Amino acid sequence: MQVDIRIQEETFSVDAEIARLAGAGLDVGGIGLFMGLVRGDAGLAALALEHYPGMTESMIGRIVAQAGTRFDLLACTVIHRVGRLPVGAPIVLVLCAAAHRGAALDATGFVIDWLKTQAPFWKREEYPSGEAKWVAARESDEAAAARWDAGGPAEA
Amino acid sequence: MVEILYFAWLRDRLGRSGETLLLSGDEAPSVRDIMDGLRRRGAAYEEIFGEGAGPIRCAVNQEFAALDSPVRAGDELAFFPPVTGG
Repeated sequence: MQVDIRIQEETFSVDAEIARLAGAGLDVGGIGLFMGLVRGDAGLAALALEHYPGMTESMIGRIVAQAGTRFDLLACTVIHRVGRLPVGAPIVLVLCAAAHRGAALDATGFVIDWLKTQAPFWKREEYPSGEAKWVAARESDEAAAARWDAGGPAEA
Repeated sequence: MVEILYFAWLRDRLGRSGETLLLSGDEAPSVRDIMDGLRRRGAAYEEIFGEGAGPIRCAVNQEFAALDSPVRAGDELAFFPPVTGG
């Protein structure tokens, strides 16, 4: 499996990342894509994202390796941005390439669900008033990840 | 020595991103022991590690760890809130 994991401040080009997977000579039949954006809840101005360098990469690497085995992936790209991101900015990109659509789509859900609960990133909300607050973790994210343990759609 | 790291609101509250804890070669306290020791320093430490503070997760050598995990000289111990990436 071709794996590319990047933590970066700068934005990313979805076109360029797709082209990288499609043109790698891997006989890809389909690519699943998830892109997360900064949502403008309650007058939010921006999110500031920080992470735990080293642990972040190793946790994402482990999630991707599991996805690769479970869904027989040909390639996986995960790009996660850090730093200050205004409303509407892309935060995260997950691309999973496989021979067929089912595996590509399921793997994409698997990777983003586990990333949200296992990769050490933290978001701080910044408001136009100057107020800032750390985002609390959501139980619904834990539940979304846990459903893969109980046999996700790929095993149904 | 143990390198302790703090992230997100823990770091903000403490005003520092990390510190070094002296540990002799044969000591292996649990994460909980270390948290108790830090809490007894009072002030911001008491706020963070005391009862009623927000939930805290920890990692030893960049692996999620339980409160009863042992910590040894040379380890990296990190404290942080539940993660919120993606």
